[in-house]
Amino acid sequence: MKLWKTILATAVLSFAAATSAFAARTDLVIGIPLEPPHLDPTAGAAAAIDEVLYANVFEGLTRIGPNGEVLPDLAESWTISDDGKTYTFKLHTGVKFHDGSDFGADDVKFSLDRARADNSVNAQKGLFAQIDKVDVVDPATVKVTLKNPQGSFLYNMGWGDAVMVSPKSADANKEKPIGTGPFKFQNWAKGSSITLVKSDNYWGASVALDKVEFRIVPDAAAAVPALLSGDIQAFPFFDPDSVSQVKDDPRFKVVIGSTEGETILSINNKKPPFDKLQVRQAISYALDRKAIIDGASAGLGVPIGSHMSPANKDYVDLTGLYPHNVDKAKELLKEAGLENGFKATLKLPPPSYARLGGEIIASELRDVGIDLEIVPVEWAQWLDQVFTKKDYDLTIVSHTEPNDIDIYSRKDYYFNYANPAFNAIIDKLNLTSDEAKRKELLGEAQKILADDAVVGFLYELPKVGVWDAKLQGLWENAPIQANDLTKVKWTD
Amino acid sequence: MTYLLKRLIIAAVTLVLASMVVFAVMEILPGDPARLMLGFNASTDQVELLRNQMGLNAPLVLRYLHWAGGLLSLDFGRSYTYSVPVIDLVRERVVVSLPLALIALALSTAIAIPVGLFSASRQGRAGDTLAMGAAQLGVAVPNFWFALMLIYLFAVWLRLVPAGGFPGWSAGIWPAVKSLLLPAVALALPQAAILARVARSALIEVLNEDYIRTARAKGLPYRAVLWRHALRNAMIPVLTILGLQFAFLLAGTIIIENVFYLPGLGRLVFQAITQRDLIVVESVVMLLVAAVIAVNLLVDFSYAVVDPRLRGRQ
Repeated sequence: MKLWKTILATAVLSFAAATSAFAARTDLVIGIPLEPPHLDPTAGAAAAIDEVLYANVFEGLTRIGPNGEVLPDLAESWTISDDGKTYTFKLHTGVKFHDGSDFGADDVKFSLDRARADNSVNAQKGLFAQIDKVDVVDPATVKVTLKNPQGSFLYNMGWGDAVMVSPKSADANKEKPIGTGPFKFQNWAKGSSITLVKSDNYWGASVALDKVEFRIVPDAAAAVPALLSGDIQAFPFFDPDSVSQVKDDPRFKVVIGSTEGETILSINNKKPPFDKLQVRQAISYALDRKAIIDGASAGLGVPIGSHMSPANKDYVDLTGLYPHNVDKAKELLKEAGLENGFKATLKLPPPSYARLGGEIIASELRDVGIDLEIVPVEWAQWLDQVFTKKDYDLTIVSHTEPNDIDIYSRKDYYFNYANPAFNAIIDKLNLTSDEAKRKELLGEAQKILADDAVVGFLYELPKVGVWDAKLQGLWENAPIQANDLTKVKWTD
Repeated sequence: MTYLLKRLIIAAVTLVLASMVVFAVMEILPGDPARLMLGFNASTDQVELLRNQMGLNAPLVLRYLHWAGGLLSLDFGRSYTYSVPVIDLVRERVVVSLPLALIALALSTAIAIPVGLFSASRQGRAGDTLAMGAAQLGVAVPNFWFALMLIYLFAVWLRLVPAGGFPGWSAGIWPAVKSLLLPAVALALPQAAILARVARSALIEVLNEDYIRTARAKGLPYRAVLWRHALRNAMIPVLTILGLQFAFLLAGTIIIENVFYLPGLGRLVFQAITQRDLIVVESVVMLLVAAVIAVNLLVDFSYAVVDPRLRGRQ
């Protein structure tokens, strides 16, 4: 056994040495936990769609960079009118779709009109709500007129849901996506893998990889052996609990980055006794964020005090507002007339941050007299009961959409929170494009949410990536859900 | 002939009842496929729009009749999430799951029958104790854990087979079979353990019968008695378990296909349930029900082959 294992190892090594002598590798197998339901980023909310296609196959007018910044993409530049209502985009020329047809201003108009049409089922239709009309000025110039000025318009155009599609292929993108990106779609073996290959007629800088396979590995326990055996070389979204098994192995790099996922203990603000401010504040005092992060995310993750990612430039640190203080929590409950405590339910969706975090939170709240019954639910049930019907007391969920503080101003959102002062700030924010002014308003908004203890703010979900140490260029952070492979290459 | 006819009628009635139960259960299950597809940010109006496009707003009975009627003409409907015909999805997946289940079934039979014979003929001796101890262990070990151990041993350490995934039959017979070997072993061993225990006890019971003693008394060698008389008479309980195990194998593939990330039917159903792709769940479960019923029908028929007395029974 030993002899032939040595022979095998020698053979493998010499083969590896022989191939690496010629050139660096140009193929890559990436592991992803969930399979996209289809391959059209403009027709579904599933993060898995963007994690395969965003920036690789499909491109937008603008795009979001590795640190959440807005970058030019298919629009090489733009001008904004003084009233902030008209955006004129200058497009790159010589851009072709993967089917060989030309990309131009007509396609921009088609894509935006399609996304905001009455019968559109774009999952982020709100991104386009302010668009009044889209005009083709010339083949390389598009003018977009808004109903009201919108501070986040350029950012919105960088979402995966706002990518450019061709009228010829748009309807078939779910099965056979045709975009303008540096990679083109090759094959989807359903349930197994999706393969992209380098596009020959790409307009921008050439990519280093020739072939990328996204392999679907649903079981976190299967990810470790897949890495160790070399079958899969990168897991950009790795299970935090399995990190300890690979972190001391020099063959791999473990990269801890930030996401836009505010993980919160959502509270039904209308349901007694949670309609009382003291009760919500008591919950905030009862929470020990450090213990929750240790238990639910293997110690990774940054505490938050309001609904904003600490990686965001407009972040205000409010974590000191309600420090962990059991006595203070009990005192507040007494003020609310609940010195004998009360019972409530805690509905937990499947992710481990919720299931593990829920156990810890239940025990922390028990310390101040709140007796929680834990109810595990599937995502479908969660969306139905908690999100749609608002039939819940408490739940834990990570809100992964970027820059989504405005959800607290939405009517009938599942928090059941309505504060006119907060809504006024969000309305103002929507009309403001000045950076300094926006920062100020966002600061105020964060402050109000923290003061009102609308929900229990826990921590920012970490992005744990594990990949081959020789691999370079994968995103460290996840400002949006994507696996941008345009800068990825093998070294040596 | 009446025996077989009766079995066929029972099978047909079971199918109809199963279709009602499967459909009802999926309808009662909370969760809206349209909301799942559109996520947190979509408005209620938009979800309603998609529900209409997906045909989810038609009355329950109409949808059942439409679906069940489709099944009769072998039309399994269209997947909500993938928006392709369910039959296409099934065709892609069945070429993974069926070979996997068959290899596992063959393996478990090939292991269990000889072990059962070995143990029964050495009842109470060291070899029997050892074999049954191993079988007890095989029953107790959870198959996903056993699967992971196999992966670490054969894929990570020895690098003989891939750690998971399926290259497709187009990649060649051997690479495809290679990727099914570990999952098949992981599926087969617990089943083999159960089957071996059943085979052993059935054989022991038969070996205590008078006709075995008569056979021995007339001078037939032990080996011949064991194979010709004992095994054949012990086959009925063994076949019954084998038929039941087919259902367990199909259920087991859900777990094993997840651990080995194989694109099989089990994965398809699992994924479809979480995404509330109701039509896929309903149709695939019905296919599995039909497969289990067919296998058990086959087992019923094989009783008649093994035991001629059953053929004429009313």
